Amino acid sequence: MHELALCQGLISTVERTAAKHRANGVSRVELLLGPLSGAEGPLLERAFDVARAGTIAENADLVIIEAPVTVECHTCGKASEVPPSRLLCRACGGWQVRVTSGEELLLKSIELTDFEPDILGAN
Amino acid sequence: MVADGGRLEKTADGRAAVEVMTSLLHENDHAAAHNREHFNRHGVLAINLMSSPGSGKTSLLEATIDALGDKYKIGVIEGDLETENDAKRIRAKGVPAIQITTGSACHLDAHMVHDALHNLDLDGLDILFIENVGNLVCPASFDLGHHLNVTLLSTTEGDDKPAKYPVIFRGADIVLLTKADLLEVLDDFDVGSATNAVRALANPAPILTVSAKRADTTLAPWISWIEAQMNELKSGAQMRPTMQIDGAVLHAAE
Repeated sequence: MHELALCQGLISTVERTAAKHRANGVSRVELLLGPLSGAEGPLLERAFDVARAGTIAENADLVIIEAPVTVECHTCGKASEVPPSRLLCRACGGWQVRVTSGEELLLKSIELTDFEPDILGAN
Repeated sequence: MVADGGRLEKTADGRAAVEVMTSLLHENDHAAAHNREHFNRHGVLAINLMSSPGSGKTSLLEATIDALGDKYKIGVIEGDLETENDAKRIRAKGVPAIQITTGSACHLDAHMVHDALHNLDLDGLDILFIENVGNLVCPASFDLGHHLNVTLLSTTEGDDKPAKYPVIFRGADIVLLTKADLLEVLDDFDVGSATNAVRALANPAPILTVSAKRADTTLAPWISWIEAQMNELKSGAQMRPTMQIDGAVLHAAE
């Protein structure tokens, strides 16, 4: 249950980004999550509900995009999609592979609303 | 969609999407980098020990201190939900130990370690062991600013643990199969199967069989590994643990 700690970090980044763009509201928060990140989507959703209370993201929708686990084989060079507990090349069965996707734990994008009146046209 | 910092294109209803691409661990990673600089400046090798509760982290530390304590100056940070018990065991060996009690938190993070460092004099220290909270899930996600991850798997836990908890075993720079003295009476733990389960996570880390109770005959490879890592740090190598977040960082930079 470290998802709450992760969501608290997420909220600070959201707050910082909104302040930078002089937005007073956030309507959508989009995460990119891989199975090897060590965090679980449903737990992140519940933790997000707790972490966003009283913040600028209070009414935001949380959208989690699940990344697949993919590896690239050092031996045969092939790329394949694999289960999280079996990072072996699908083509040759080798274990000397590089994980090319599946570790993501990223705030991908946010949708901002309620902008401050724009005097200088900076936005 | 625009990159963060770029010009926003608002839709008719006054909304604008901003691409951020920042790790959820951004703040922790920032604090971790700070801790690591601190360790590097003092030439202290920082090793993070992770495992289930009861797999023998503290016993391994006691045996390691017995083996290395005369030669090097060792410090320990202990993470537990409650009690000073583990720190007391370490202090009994004449080694400074700072206990972090996390309350209900299931892992140590870089900020907790940073605070603990205020109470630990790194000057003259050669090795700092950080004994993480006993948990095979959460500690794997948090960089503490240490140099190396050690994941312990005790022989009583089952040789398929790496397949069940892939994230923490994938992040290990070395895997120690502990309580090896029990292997002769256990018929359901196979060292080969445990090794295969780690390799199936694409992890080439060394896997050593150790027993704190039979330190004289089993601990030497672990001790040499530590000394080799110390030499690497002294040679000026930029060391950081095999963390599963590397890909996320890579991805963010694209």
